[in-house]
Amino acid sequence: MRARRGSDRPALPRAGFAVKTNLHIVVDPVACDAYGYCAELLPEAIELDEWGYPIVDGRPLPAELVALARRAARDCPKRAITVSEKSSR
Amino acid sequence: MANSLSQAPPRNAVHHLLGHPADLAGHIEVHGPLAVAPGNDASWQRALLAALESSGLTGRGGGGFLTAIKVAKASSHGNGGTVVVNGMESEPASDKDKVLLTRAPHLVLDGAQVVAAMCGADRLVVCIPAGRDFVAAAVTHALAERAAQPYGGVVEMIVRPPDRFIAGEESALVSWVETGQSLPAFRPDKGTPLKIGKRQALVHNAETLAHIALIARRGADQFRSRGLPEEPGTCLVTIGGAVAQPGVVEVDRGTPLSDIVGRGSPVDPAQAFLVGGYGGAWIGPAHFATPYASMSLRTIGATAGVGVIIALGQSSCGIAESARIARYLAGQSAGQCGPCVFGLPAIADDMALLARGQAGPGLMARLQRRLDEVNGRGACRHPDGAVGMVRSALRVFAADVLAHERGEPCAHAGAPTVLRFPGPVSL
Repeated sequence: MRARRGSDRPALPRAGFAVKTNLHIVVDPVACDAYGYCAELLPEAIELDEWGYPIVDGRPLPAELVALARRAARDCPKRAITVSEKSSR
Repeated sequence: MANSLSQAPPRNAVHHLLGHPADLAGHIEVHGPLAVAPGNDASWQRALLAALESSGLTGRGGGGFLTAIKVAKASSHGNGGTVVVNGMESEPASDKDKVLLTRAPHLVLDGAQVVAAMCGADRLVVCIPAGRDFVAAAVTHALAERAAQPYGGVVEMIVRPPDRFIAGEESALVSWVETGQSLPAFRPDKGTPLKIGKRQALVHNAETLAHIALIARRGADQFRSRGLPEEPGTCLVTIGGAVAQPGVVEVDRGTPLSDIVGRGSPVDPAQAFLVGGYGGAWIGPAHFATPYASMSLRTIGATAGVGVIIALGQSSCGIAESARIARYLAGQSAGQCGPCVFGLPAIADDMALLARGQAGPGLMARLQRRLDEVNGRGACRHPDGAVGMVRSALRVFAADVLAHERGEPCAHAGAPTVLRFPGPVSL
């Protein structure tokens, strides 16, 4: 099931997170098959495009989201997500 | 410049790639023997690196990356396995590598031998796409001449990857040489060395190698005597579009764009130039005098890209032509990444609607969002090139965009394309 991006999604509450890490979410676009679980787990950092593929904003992860990000990486059926010190761009 | 490079007699003291003999005997007569030190000669390697560095030669990957840095890095690894000569030239509008490989194949091969000697590679593969038989014949003939002499260091061979737009992307090319599958790799760190098996694959554009061959023989000064102090040398450019004499010219880096196009004898005053090929950028008349050099091009949102400049005449519609390019690029996706597979056709659809004057309300907002979302989200830069080209079209042809959006496409929207495509491309 491919989730669609909701037009009524609330603004992302990123500004409220204080402690930044040097970790980033990196999506392997070749492996990704648009399951969309990552965006369900982590709407604060991942949204889906109109075809259901994840968009990450490239900013470092706030400390509060690291555990969720690692879970998103673990739960991705295609193993397309890594939490890494390097941004994909 | 003090170094231990063998200096050939300066029979033609000006650096240029085109205009040399194509056959091996003539090549040796003009340039002298291959300038590669036997064995692993550290002082020769140091001297060559110094010459490359002082030459300021940059690769043709679009980023203006210094060849000296690329070679030094590969050389320090020391386990180079294969030099991959990228003669794919998969951009339909480009002819420079076809011209270079048919008219000066030995310069390209000599440059590849120099890189092999620098990096400890033990073979050299020249990639010419399947179907491009006149280029393959010229290279095959050159290889036979060298084998008969014998001339050259490491083993030289020709291979024929498929003729697809994406097949020339360096990781796709290496993947094809290794596995027969022409697919770009996802490399979060583009500096990671490409490999075939456990050893390095050193991919260089044919033109870069030809420059290396001349710099290795004559040092950096001749190269630096052409072009700009900050961006020296010459480069090959394919001129196309509304010109009487399309084709390949060799120009000093920094030559104004309008002077380069002038060498193709424009048929009417251009309304825009497409700089850098189909994944490049449109620029308007206000920027026609911009120097053809990476820093100057960057300030106007362009890059040298694949070395193509296309003049768009008064009897063409920039939006319709851009829509065709978008459609062509969408069809050339390797099919691996969702944003490219779904995004490029969607962008091409939007551009086609706009070109036909059938943009409904909300089309421009949707197109802008798609451009923003697709950009940077593929394993390779193929989608980014398409996005950049479309964005530049919306900027440069802004007045036309407004008219098309109102349902009043310009008079030339239905005119036949002036662009070259390998097959029919519909709007």
